[in-house]
Amino acid sequence: MCFRRAWLVALLFALGFALSGTSAEAASLDEALAHFTADDFSETVEGINEVAAGGSPRAEIILRALQNDQLMFSAERKAVYIMDDAGKLTDAASGRPVVGAAPADLDNVRINNRLRGAIEAVLGGLTLLASDPGARFAAAQAVFKSRAAGTLPTLETAIAKEQDPRVKRALMEARAAVILSVADAKDEDKLAAVDIIRQRGDQDALGLLSSLPAGTSPRVMKAASAAIAAVNNRLIVWSVVQNAWYGISLGSVLLLAAIGLAITFGVMGVINMAHGEMVMLGAYVTFVVQEAIRTKNPELFDYSLAIAIPLSFLVAGGIGMLIERCLIRFLYGRPLETLLATWGLSLILQQAVRTLFGPNNREVGNPSWMSGAFDLGGITVTYNRLWIICFALAVFAALLALLRFTRFGLEMRAVTQNRAMAASMGIRTSRVDALTFGLGSGIAGMAGVALSQIDNVSPNLGQGYIVDSFMVVVFGGVGNLWGTLVGSFVLGIANKFLEPYAGAVLGKIAILVLIILFIQKRPRGLFALKGRAVEA
Amino acid sequence: MTHILIRSLDRGATIFLIVVAAIAIAVPVLNLALPDSAALHVPTYLVSLFGKYACYALLALSIDLVWGFCGILSLGHGAFFALGGYAMGMYLMRQIGTRGVYADPLLPDFMVFLNWKHLPVYWYGFQHFPYAALMVVLVPGVLAFVFGWFAFRSRVSGVYLSIITQALTFALMLGFFRNNFGFGGNNGLTDFKDILGFNVEAKTTRAALFSVSCVAIMLGFLLCRAVITSKFGKVLIAIRDAEARTRFLGYRVESYKLLVFTLSACMAGIAGALYVPQVGIINPSEFAPANSIEAVIWVAVGGRGTLTGAVLGAVLVNYAKTFFTTGALAPYWLFMLGGLFIAVTLLLPRGVVGTLRHWTAPWRDRASAAAEDGVTEPLPAE
Amino acid sequence: MKALTSALLYLDGVTVSFDGFKALNNLSFAIAAGEMRAIIGPNGAGKTTMMDVVTGKTRPELGDVIFDGRHNLTRLDETEIAELGIGRKFQKPTVFDSHTVLDNIELALKSDRRASAALWWRESVGERRRIDEIMEIIRLTAVRGRRAGSLSHGQKQWLEIGMLLAQEPKLLLVDEPVAGMTDAETQQTAELLKEINRDRTVVVVEHDMAFVRDLHVKVTCLHEGSVLAEGTIDQVSANERVVEVYLGR
Repeated sequence: MCFRRAWLVALLFALGFALSGTSAEAASLDEALAHFTADDFSETVEGINEVAAGGSPRAEIILRALQNDQLMFSAERKAVYIMDDAGKLTDAASGRPVVGAAPADLDNVRINNRLRGAIEAVLGGLTLLASDPGARFAAAQAVFKSRAAGTLPTLETAIAKEQDPRVKRALMEARAAVILSVADAKDEDKLAAVDIIRQRGDQDALGLLSSLPAGTSPRVMKAASAAIAAVNNRLIVWSVVQNAWYGISLGSVLLLAAIGLAITFGVMGVINMAHGEMVMLGAYVTFVVQEAIRTKNPELFDYSLAIAIPLSFLVAGGIGMLIERCLIRFLYGRPLETLLATWGLSLILQQAVRTLFGPNNREVGNPSWMSGAFDLGGITVTYNRLWIICFALAVFAALLALLRFTRFGLEMRAVTQNRAMAASMGIRTSRVDALTFGLGSGIAGMAGVALSQIDNVSPNLGQGYIVDSFMVVVFGGVGNLWGTLVGSFVLGIANKFLEPYAGAVLGKIAILVLIILFIQKRPRGLFALKGRAVEA
Repeated sequence: MTHILIRSLDRGATIFLIVVAAIAIAVPVLNLALPDSAALHVPTYLVSLFGKYACYALLALSIDLVWGFCGILSLGHGAFFALGGYAMGMYLMRQIGTRGVYADPLLPDFMVFLNWKHLPVYWYGFQHFPYAALMVVLVPGVLAFVFGWFAFRSRVSGVYLSIITQALTFALMLGFFRNNFGFGGNNGLTDFKDILGFNVEAKTTRAALFSVSCVAIMLGFLLCRAVITSKFGKVLIAIRDAEARTRFLGYRVESYKLLVFTLSACMAGIAGALYVPQVGIINPSEFAPANSIEAVIWVAVGGRGTLTGAVLGAVLVNYAKTFFTTGALAPYWLFMLGGLFIAVTLLLPRGVVGTLRHWTAPWRDRASAAAEDGVTEPLPAE
Repeated sequence: MKALTSALLYLDGVTVSFDGFKALNNLSFAIAAGEMRAIIGPNGAGKTTMMDVVTGKTRPELGDVIFDGRHNLTRLDETEIAELGIGRKFQKPTVFDSHTVLDNIELALKSDRRASAALWWRESVGERRRIDEIMEIIRLTAVRGRRAGSLSHGQKQWLEIGMLLAQEPKLLLVDEPVAGMTDAETQQTAELLKEINRDRTVVVVEHDMAFVRDLHVKVTCLHEGSVLAEGTIDQVSANERVVEVYLGR
């Protein structure tokens, strides 16, 4: 039962380590190396395990040397050396070259196949003791997958000295995985291991629990199957959470795309088919800003979005106002003509961008604070999606505040409710029209900045969102911003929940059909306005 | 029946029919009878091109019927056109038989390629021309009926209807792009061999298809005239100008809309069916919303609410498209098309024919001018 | 079905609210067959909303509207209500602008309203005679071929009344028929309405008190969605509260 013994020794060592602190490291390494001078296989095994468990940075070099028959010892001097390919000797413990003559009784530390196996396993587990927590975590994950029995002692050491709870958790899971795959481990240990794996509760855990080696006792098997059921339940819950998360993420994108439309279409009643192109322009503004930063000031890259957001608002808003002044104001009260004219405009804008920037996708990068992801329970949350959700909600809140608390918001509401009355109160309605349209377009531009982070920036970017945004506004109820908020999240979540069953395309079709049916019941959307206003 | 014909055929309509009939005869004759070297010889590629225009003209007529006379701006007529085209394409595919790449007597090539073992049930019967011809009308008609029944019943109108029709064609496009829909996915249906036993590539077949398309325009035009000069047509215009008022008069607006929308979809389906053998392919991009909107602009250019305008607009815009997209100006075509949308809505809301009529109205008897087409001045449909 | 009430139109506890604002508040009144009734009241009293409810444009939250003793109008839509024989003239004259005067009347003429019937419809001699008759009544014979859009405001008002006549309704709802008319036209309109009233029931909503006085009919005054006073014009205009909220002191 060399295992049990090694375990005990490792434990003792770990204890000693914990008590004596860093100075003990060198001492323990010397003691471990002493085993190699005995020229005895079982002593050598002891040595291997102790070197590994000691956690010395030299451990790997020493063990690799042993593996390659380059570890030498001198029984006389009680010293261990490493001889490189050129025949130069270095002290194994310190790594310093040996000065003076080599000891006369220099000899290889002999190994056999059993020892080779032990070295392999121990080497695999060595990074478990690395100083970088990330490396330790990765090593623990690797062991969880490989389930190499030989890593067990190192795992024990690592668990004992681990401070980082996340890495500790991973190490415990790795140990549990190893114990479960070792035939002769005790049932008590295995039951504890099953429990740990159950708590992990993901697909890997399922795979592990359902592939226990033959000969596992019925008691453990029973616990494992109970654990499988538990994990399955957990996974279902998490997949729901995952879908909801994706849905919220999609919803935030829809909200961003639709919120500007809720102003131009919902509040002003202007149907702007070039709305998607405003989004596209915002994305290209981001591209231009990033290009300028790359060539002039690469260290500002992380601030590129902070520059692009206001800039895209101004660019898209300015173009929007231009469109309103030059085109749309001549078409008030003729929605179908407005639709056609703005469609023509969208063709022109797309082609203009195609001519300027080329027809292909342009590269827009994520700033460092938007890349990466973290795990939250059973799901992975990417930072860019998270930020976009925050951004969408922030834009929404800002818009509500603008409409409610500012002079412009008041004038805008006045003009949309009763144009003639507002005009007679001294409000310059045409200015309000232009500003309102500019506001809606500017918000679309800002949406473009956000979308550039998750979508391809191409001249066709906007087209993909126009139908969806209209659906959101119509579904939520025209002229009601809260309806747009609820509408976009409901549609986003519904889309993502349908997708696993129907596939992305059929899911989309199903949503379209559902909206058409929904309009049967509530022709004016979720949050319908009532009264005379709707007849206008 | 004769009174309907007399009612439908005023002077303008008669002239229009004579012109179309003359073209239907002249083009094939100039193509087939004259030697290639003759100055007046019409090359075969032009015959096909004109045939394409003729199909577009029929599509434009169908759009004008609902938009110009009933105020329903459908941005999804391309879907009905494409469905008619697919029905015809399915017939043409079944005619290929063993001449396909895989030489399967039953399955079209793409199905063999996808490893399908059986012909899907909805492909049954398409080897028979009468059945396929029925489906050309029936499939778009039924879709339009079901869709319209839902939409009009819940009083979805104006831009809402436009957006929903656009969503409809968008959804169909997504669907037809999928391989497992069984319509050839991305590539659609193509490599046709013959139609009713005649080689689709042959000069004579192409000339015949052109003439048939012209006849289809004439019949479609007559049908539209008969509809709009009837009391039914007057109700349609009443709905366009004052929908609520029409309801208060006791007319069930939704059944009028539904009937004219379905009729129009059937016409669009026929246009699509004639289009497919002449261009030799039908694929899901025909469902693209952009196509449907483009068709609407043909009508706007020609003059909505005037049937001759719709036909003229379709031909004019498509001729311009052919002219510009094949030359050095190709990159600027989309600018021009976009500009056309804007210019027509801003500067020429009546369209070419509508504006001409408006100008000449003072010289004509106002009363008869109004009675003639039911409309002289297309007003905003809202 | 047994008649529930002898009145031609009977509103019972009708309530309509828009976003909390009660446009009609438990409104009840009855109009007998053959009667002409004038409805007056200040802006926002619910006059137009009342018409919307009767013609099916707006559905009330509470209450019933019984027509002809057996039809509950709150369950029917505009078309069904029109087919029962209720005609409406709007506040703002709405005629079909791009149709001729003749076509406008023709469209309004009592006939089979179904789409299939309209496709095959041909004018009969009787219908032609009826149209001519109406043209005479509304004095538009001379302009019968002109587009309705080119008529003067007063002519449009009359054309719309003509269309109501052509519908041959049992009940006419007339919303502000003399708005924008000259005094002479107003007088003529009053005559016309009285003539129509000989064989039809008429409800007139009007602001013009002189016109209402000319009609010599029972008056109902609405205020904040319910009936404030009812009686002859003299009774109503003497009513303390009517004076306070509407006529002014």
